[in-house]
Amino acid sequence: MPNHTFIVNGKKVSVDVEDDVRLLWVLRDVLKIHGPKYGCGIGVCRACTCHLNGKAFNPCVTPVKDILPTDEVTTIEGLAPSVGKAIHPMQQAWLDVDVAQCGYCQPGQIMAAVDVVKTAQRQKRKVTDDDLDQIRNVCRCGTYPRIRQAIRQGEAAMPVLKVTKPKKRKAKKKKPAARKPSKSGAEITGSTE
Amino acid sequence: MPDPDRSTNGGPAARRPDAADAPEGSSLPDATERRISRRRMVGYLLAAPTLVAAARFMDPEPAAAEGLPGPTIPEFFDLSDVLNVVAAPTYGLLAITIDKQGNAHFQLPRSENGQGITTTFTMIIADEMDLPMSKVKVTLMPAEPKLLFNQLTAGSSSVFTLYEPVRRAAAVARTQLQRTAARELGVPGRDLTLKDGVFTASHGGSIDFGALTEKAAVKRMIEFEPKLKKASAQKLIGTEQKRVDALDIVMGRKTFTMDLQPKDASPTMICRPPTLNAAATAIQNKAAVLKMPGVTHVLLVPHSDDVQGGVAVVARTFGQCIEAIRALKVSWTKGPIAGRTEQSIKQDLAKAELPMTPALGKVIEETFTFNFRSGSALETNCAVADVRKDRAEIWAPLKSPQWAQGKIAELLKLNVESVKVNVMDGGGSFGRRLFCDGAFEAAVISRSIGQPVKLMWHRADDARHGRHHPLTTSKVRITTGGGAVLQYDQRHTAVPTDFTQGLGDYLTAAETRLPLQNFAQFSETVFTTTANVPYNFGVVTQLLNEIDAFNTFNTSSVRNVYSPDVATATELMVDRVAKEFGRDPMEFRLAFAKDERMKGVLNAVKKAGNWGRKMVPNTAQGIAMRNEYKGRTACLVEIDCTPPTVNRKIRQAVTGPRVTKIVFAIDVGLPINPLGLKAQVMGGCMDGIAQALTYSHHLKDGNFIEASWDNSAYTRQWNVPPVVEIIVMPQTSEVAGGAGEASVGTTMAAVACAYARATGKMPTEFPINHNSPLHFTPYPASPPVPEVPSDGLERAGIKRKTTKKKRAARKKKRPAAKKPATRTSTSTTSK
Repeated sequence: MPNHTFIVNGKKVSVDVEDDVRLLWVLRDVLKIHGPKYGCGIGVCRACTCHLNGKAFNPCVTPVKDILPTDEVTTIEGLAPSVGKAIHPMQQAWLDVDVAQCGYCQPGQIMAAVDVVKTAQRQKRKVTDDDLDQIRNVCRCGTYPRIRQAIRQGEAAMPVLKVTKPKKRKAKKKKPAARKPSKSGAEITGSTE
Repeated sequence: MPDPDRSTNGGPAARRPDAADAPEGSSLPDATERRISRRRMVGYLLAAPTLVAAARFMDPEPAAAEGLPGPTIPEFFDLSDVLNVVAAPTYGLLAITIDKQGNAHFQLPRSENGQGITTTFTMIIADEMDLPMSKVKVTLMPAEPKLLFNQLTAGSSSVFTLYEPVRRAAAVARTQLQRTAARELGVPGRDLTLKDGVFTASHGGSIDFGALTEKAAVKRMIEFEPKLKKASAQKLIGTEQKRVDALDIVMGRKTFTMDLQPKDASPTMICRPPTLNAAATAIQNKAAVLKMPGVTHVLLVPHSDDVQGGVAVVARTFGQCIEAIRALKVSWTKGPIAGRTEQSIKQDLAKAELPMTPALGKVIEETFTFNFRSGSALETNCAVADVRKDRAEIWAPLKSPQWAQGKIAELLKLNVESVKVNVMDGGGSFGRRLFCDGAFEAAVISRSIGQPVKLMWHRADDARHGRHHPLTTSKVRITTGGGAVLQYDQRHTAVPTDFTQGLGDYLTAAETRLPLQNFAQFSETVFTTTANVPYNFGVVTQLLNEIDAFNTFNTSSVRNVYSPDVATATELMVDRVAKEFGRDPMEFRLAFAKDERMKGVLNAVKKAGNWGRKMVPNTAQGIAMRNEYKGRTACLVEIDCTPPTVNRKIRQAVTGPRVTKIVFAIDVGLPINPLGLKAQVMGGCMDGIAQALTYSHHLKDGNFIEASWDNSAYTRQWNVPPVVEIIVMPQTSEVAGGAGEASVGTTMAAVACAYARATGKMPTEFPINHNSPLHFTPYPASPPVPEVPSDGLERAGIKRKTTKKKRAARKKKRPAAKKPATRTSTSTTSK
């Protein structure tokens, strides 16, 4: 069985699994990272939305072989640490607005929301109503209006993105540190159980 | 032990309107007798090592009329009352336990699926006990047969049925703690003040709940009637409180069933038939599928009334289950729906329609059609089952856990006591988790393979084979004469709504399956206790008839059951009558509304929504109102049907007319948590929009063609109104009415009315786009689940410039002769 290594939430992981298994199942069934949720498995509902090197993507339609050793996958569990905080400004906005109902789609909604703001920031503009209209994440409880409100509040609280170059260097610096095995078992090794 | 009430020294009197004249501190037995009119409730201290307080109703009686009895049943005895009466005899088992850290624990015999009841009951207990909300721990109770009918989550009834008893149990606990604190601190009870779980005496000494709980415990059960806090002393009831599980949710920590990690439980999915409710008869390529990566078991699961079944696949990951399902070749029976079409079912409905009574005036008549709508939640059906020879344990989001327990015991031939059913937080329900489809399947499969399973439905299966809101027609006839409405007749005809969950317990569920009992015991009861016309319309008749057996289609009490269809048909016809009379729709409703509470919500939206403002062509306002779940609702919407809006293009989406504004007013009687209430109303509004404009399933060749969220056009961000304003009316009653679904029907009706006014054409089939060309190419019915795309990076716009090089480098790194890992060998490397 092929071996795949990459970085999840700042920690290097190594998994033995077939190339074409979609990353969602590697995260959930092998690595036991349960923040990303299954809602359709075909890239439609976006409940599994995570970030790959800071950009939103859907692991349910991404084969694990497409993830490179240098790739940093961030799930909802790693969102706050990715900005060096206990809670990300978008998560805080979600709390302030009391967005969630059942909560099942919310990890994906929050990860998508952060990406919507970052995309607008890259284009040096504010999030528009049209941006919000284009968000495809499904919420069957129907808390959509509060999602829109929270994204506006989260946007206001999120620091404006800096240019990408220094960020790359940072990422390189992080890696050696991540490789060191830590007492809490920072390095996760994937296996069947 | 002395009468605990006497030592509370004129504590707060019960908060009931009929208690207002009870003199404070008057001798208790008399005061209590007068106070408790409709429901006589007592509290208990239960024998336990620490303090355990409980409450229950003594003599369950039907609720008294709230106003003057009208001609329709729901006004004096509605669905909430039915659920209340059946639940009442067992409230005594609802207990609050105080631990040594001073936390109050309460197991809620209901299912939380996002409706916020764990937050509501945390508030109720915290308020009554003067505890911070963080020290109240509300969890979901596992199946408990002793609760009889009181473990069903349905009909937006949880708060209505449990508010009083839970408050009373909390009051018993507080009273006993106060008595104990008085004894410990050597002061009379009146010298104590209570704040955040700490009693402080006027001389300065203090003691907290944690230190008191063992001393307050009793050795024998003691019965007494506690005094409840005065309304004016309540600090939390009526205030906006955020969800207690919000932090866990946003951090990705909230545990759903599929996030559990039971030892050795393997991902399991089922290959389902190409037509609804068909049975698998043979697996043609079992050996080949067993050789697929990760696959460990392939087995036939026979179809029955309880287990839809098909061919189960167990694998290392769910992804590998999906690939195996796509590769399976299975022989199937045709199933009960083969050969029937939507058109033929609609003809069957027309034939089954009950006749109208003779009309005595001018008649306006119309028949409306409401298509199948899926009750799918975002979390698909799922369950974890660990079945051993002599026992079984199940984890699943269940609204009828006792039924699950009884039925699983029957399926596995075990004693009920040997089956433990844990109720998990659900990822949405919308009526679909009344049924235990996933739990039954998981139990049967776990038994067959002799190991625990994590069973999950594929989205495509949840959409197609999951529970639906039934195809329905509703004929409305309004008879007028002399400027008045003399008669209102409605004939609802439908594919059956499956009520075979009964009252959530094993016995009524079994009884409901007997011939004709689904209709006689439930459909008819639920219809007559929810359908009503909130207008002074003379003689009203509303009747239901159903075709087919309960299990021909997979249906359930999806989202507001009959009400969205009843309300939409009614309100569209009300607009027509108003037009006939030359009256404004709002003014007509205000004139004919049955009660002041209804007029209150109408006036609220009229003002806030600026009713009657000038609108551009192809846009309009619409108004609808509803009396349900002990509350009153009114919804004012604005809709945009201009060509640029209707024709806006979004990939794989239904755009069409857009609701641009919703102003919704709800009078729920006693609002406990307005923030949570608004959330529930908001969710119902989104549902109502979908049911009116975009959301239905199409039956073709014995199956539904929709298999994904892009096929089933439920409300998405591009359909969401930019303005949503929800008004919670001030308290009008002592009864906390239902919130969960109260806004669905009202919104659907208001959107339909607005659409009719904007376009000048009254729609008679819903959703309005049901007969438009499809916005998608249907996935095949066989294999039952769609191919999994593999272009995730491309879709996300993530480009790989050096992919080839890196891939080559990575290949080199791989150990050359690594053998494929097996379950046992790799498990040694894991924790």
